[in-house]
Amino acid sequence: MLAVAAMLGLSRAALADALRPYAIVDDAIPLSLTGADGDPARGRAVVLLRQNTCLLCHSGPFPEQRFQGDLAPNLQGTGSRWSGGQLRLRMVDASRLNPATIMPSYYRIDGLQRVAEPLRGRPILSAEQIEDVVAYLATLRDQPGKHE
Amino acid sequence: MSVSRFIAAAILATALILPHADAGEVAFSERRSGSTFMAPETQAMQSNDTANPGMLGVLDGATLWGKTIGAAEKSCASCHNDASTSMSGVAARYPAFDDTLKRPVDLEQRVNLCRVDHQRAPPLAYESRELLALTALIGRQSRGLPIAGGTDPRLTPFVDKGRATFMRRQGQLNLACTNCHDDNWYKRLAGSAITQAHPTGYPLYRLEWQGLGSLQRRLRNCMVGMRAQPYDADAPEMVELELYLMSRARGMPIETPAVRP
Ligand code: HEC
Ligand code: HEC
Ligand code: HEC
Repeated sequence: MLAVAAMLGLSRAALADALRPYAIVDDAIPLSLTGADGDPARGRAVVLLRQNTCLLCHSGPFPEQRFQGDLAPNLQGTGSRWSGGQLRLRMVDASRLNPATIMPSYYRIDGLQRVAEPLRGRPILSAEQIEDVVAYLATLRDQPGKHE
Repeated sequence: MSVSRFIAAAILATALILPHADAGEVAFSERRSGSTFMAPETQAMQSNDTANPGMLGVLDGATLWGKTIGAAEKSCASCHNDASTSMSGVAARYPAFDDTLKRPVDLEQRVNLCRVDHQRAPPLAYESRELLALTALIGRQSRGLPIAGGTDPRLTPFVDKGRATFMRRQGQLNLACTNCHDDNWYKRLAGSAITQAHPTGYPLYRLEWQGLGSLQRRLRNCMVGMRAQPYDADAPEMVELELYLMSRARGMPIETPAVRP
């Protein structure tokens, strides 16, 4: 089981975790899923890791990354466009913001069909990873010469 | 790539960006084979038989075609004679409705029906060298001919089920085939052109596979990418999807054996 999990790139955190409760207020989840602030450096690594899928669709301020998608907005400046709470809801369940979105829900396990067997009942990212990504995205501000 | 070639390619690429609808099926007049998205070198590899690695499979298939096997001691040629005449246009109208089974069968299943019923030999495994070779040989006899998939009215309910599967979101990423291949076909998923998912070239040589593969293998690749549970090779959903894709590509020329990145 753990070998399969490792093959599919599941973190142990995602395996251990039933979803933690969260509250949506308007278009945001104001409070951290873990009760703690995420780490932006770890969040950057989560975003860049191919298996976490962001770069399939998005581009961003990562000149070292050769293959970036163009199905979604460039992530540069997203921290100026959205608050931390808005970014958190976007990561947890983007379909709450736009039911037709193609962006996967990274912290959701219900309402999905035919999920590959070893992944069933598990969110794509753990609560800790979501918080790290939110912390990283918040640093992507539109300030010329002060990227990241 | 020389500067002038690069500019020519860029102009061509711009000319090919047609107006597109944001949702729903690709308009008939906007349909494009996956080969039109490829680099010129890969296109040349496909169109030149001596450079096309898929042709090895076709040659292999021609040998198997004449080989006597099974308790009936017959070869494909014993009954079908010269494949270049008897199999011309056949692949262009598969999956086809099977009168006995009362459902559509794809070309792989059709070959295996002949193996079992007519040659009295065991069926070939999906993705086996032999089955790929025989289907490549048969597909080659339709090269350039227009796809005529799904025209038999008995197939209509199965085409509709295939369409429904194509439109349904699946997997941990909660994506439907249509999200990429109808709504975003002109974009890139990381480095790869998404394309419109036309099944024009199967079985084909994929550079990433370093070998021939069937349409089913390609579909499984996309399902794994969506983190969905792939359908079994003989699941009705698989043939229905193949059938829907062939009917969606009706009129487009067969390219078998194609080459893809
Ligand atoms: C299958 C494609 C896809 C994937 C994979 C994806 N996204 Fe998105 N994302 C989108 C689309 C499309 C939008 C535009 C808004 C919408 O349609 O919901 C978007 C919007 C966003 C936004 C808001 C952008 C802005 O400033 O307006 C952020 C932030 C974001 N995504 C982050 C991520 C991160 C981080 C990941 C990986 C964990 C990710 N996305 C994976 C498709 C995707
Ligand atoms: C003993 C005679 C016999 C042999 C041997 C035989 N077939 Fe057939 N094949 C048939 C008959 C008869 C049909 C028509 C469908 C049916 O009645 O089964 C057919 C149908 C087909 C079709 C579908 C044609 C169409 O127009 O839809 C294909 C493709 C095919 N055979 C391929 C093969 C291949 C490949 C082999 C060798 C592996 C083979 N057959 C061996 C008798 C044979
Ligand atoms: C996230 C986007 C995405 C989704 C969802 C998706 N595909 Fe694909 N598909 C691709 C990409 C990208 C390629 C091209 C791959 C390459 O060239 O490396 C492709 C290739 C194909 C091809 C090959 C076309 C050719 O020219 O040979 C077919 C057929 C296909 N997909 C069918 C499907 C079906 C059926 C589904 C749903 C079960 C599906 N795809 C879901 C992105 C997607």
